[in-house]
Amino acid sequence: MKVRSINKRTSNMRISEWFWGWFLIAPTTIGLIILNIIPAIQSFYMSFFKIGDFGVNNEFVGFANYVRMFNDPQVWRAVVNTLKYTVLVVPISIFLSAVIAVILNSNIKGQGIYRSIYFIPVVATPAAVTMVWRWLYNYHYGLINFVIKKIGLQPVKWIDDPNVAMISIAIIGIWSIVGYNMVLILAGLQEIPQTYYEAASIDGANSTVMFFKIILPMVSPTIFFVMITSIIQCMQVFDVIYMMINVSNPAYDKTVSLVYLFYNNTFKYYDEGYGSAIVMLLLVIISIITIIQVKLQKKWVNYL
Amino acid sequence: MQTKSKVYLVVVHTLLIIGSSVMIWPFIWMIITSFKTVTEATAMNPFKFFPSQLRLENYKGVIEQFNFLRLYFNTFSMIAINVLCAIVFSSMAAFAFARLEFPGRDFCFGIVLFQMMIPTQIFIIPQYLMVDKLGARNTIFALVFPGLVSAFGTFLLRQFFKMIPKELEYSARIDGCNIGQMFVRIMFPLVKPGLVALSIFTALFAFKNLMWPLIINPSPDAATLASALSKIQGAYSVNYPRLMAASVLAVCPMLILYFIFQKQFMQSVVTSGLTM
Repeated sequence: MKVRSINKRTSNMRISEWFWGWFLIAPTTIGLIILNIIPAIQSFYMSFFKIGDFGVNNEFVGFANYVRMFNDPQVWRAVVNTLKYTVLVVPISIFLSAVIAVILNSNIKGQGIYRSIYFIPVVATPAAVTMVWRWLYNYHYGLINFVIKKIGLQPVKWIDDPNVAMISIAIIGIWSIVGYNMVLILAGLQEIPQTYYEAASIDGANSTVMFFKIILPMVSPTIFFVMITSIIQCMQVFDVIYMMINVSNPAYDKTVSLVYLFYNNTFKYYDEGYGSAIVMLLLVIISIITIIQVKLQKKWVNYL
Repeated sequence: MQTKSKVYLVVVHTLLIIGSSVMIWPFIWMIITSFKTVTEATAMNPFKFFPSQLRLENYKGVIEQFNFLRLYFNTFSMIAINVLCAIVFSSMAAFAFARLEFPGRDFCFGIVLFQMMIPTQIFIIPQYLMVDKLGARNTIFALVFPGLVSAFGTFLLRQFFKMIPKELEYSARIDGCNIGQMFVRIMFPLVKPGLVALSIFTALFAFKNLMWPLIINPSPDAATLASALSKIQGAYSVNYPRLMAASVLAVCPMLILYFIFQKQFMQSVVTSGLTM
């Protein structure tokens, strides 16, 4: 009798736990289904359509958008530009932030102030920041060319020269992200127990050995995280290029990114079907890169 | 660690100071230029590096032409609503995912993970069409729409709820708390660091986001600080002092918040990095 009532009580408790669970996750789950799951399916579906005005009168076109995409030199240029941007920004920003983090971690004076300053670009709106950089890059009156001319070199067309514009954009990208990655790597470094260094120095390790045998392996999980997030972020670059390069800029072809191309096709030329196909390509590229990263991590990332 | 030589310290500090200058110079140049006239800004005379007087004309000009009060109102309403939704809905869901057992839990958490793994551009066109169909373009609702729920926030807070020891849960149940009371009174206050991190991340993301406000609220009165800047750039193409005044007005709210809450900003980056 007693056993049964206990069973009943626990089963009542379990049922009530179910209801609480469903109630608590309801807003998020329903929201995600409406805002994300259905739209993701819709985007995929729309990539097989020619979308009419206001999303009505859609016409099924099969793989036409994809065929058009694969034959569109602009799309391939955008893929190359986006990869170029990523290849420029990710390694250089991680290298710089790692160097700064290692230096700041050595209990240097003013550590807190340096850290705060390097982090400032992270909280600034990319749209505003790009305007300032445009001003600095200005061919005639920009500060950078002013200094270059003072040194006696030829001024550079930072924004309009197709061979330079991507570098100018990558500089803004690196400048914006260094502080963020530095804070993460610094936190990773501070996790390393002091005793490891002491033990190594008793064994006679110099600082080079310490860097490669202790610091690097110990922060490799942090570096991996920073790398994955930076790559995904760079592959979706839009703000800086949109604010800096308009469609009539001679450097447009050499700088347009996939997301910028998606924006132009969807919201400027109102070709949502084609825009959806471009987004699908972006998804595939990001997925491939991430899978390769996860596979490669076993070779160099040390988890304790 | 071993003591550093003087030469090393001088070299390191020089490098760090050069780096710091590169980091803050664009902001300083932004402020200096915003007080200049166009003639002064384009004079390129090293002796005219600073404006001859502190002129406020550029600020007056952009504020009058681009209703900045409205832009601040729009931006802050958007941030406030997004942060509030993120905190309330994400903490509810995160608590349930972390501490309760019920059918369908893992499937629904799969939806959260799915959203996090996919580039957000995939959702934009259908979200745009939904808002358009509701006739809600150029409203605050349109701005907050994609951020009404947060998969990132749910994931982040779930890690925090998981760290709370089981004993607390048992003692709460013995004291006669039901699950709702346990969540509100005991669990919710314990994940405060997670809530701070989530608030800062949500606010920063909303503040910096350009594409969504640009497409969904094209009317100048419904824009945010970020999306208005692209229009201001079009209007003043080469009037750089004006553009810099607008940039200063657009970046200063978040910079001020950053100077006050520096520790929390950096801590939130670290917590999110460590829990992922």
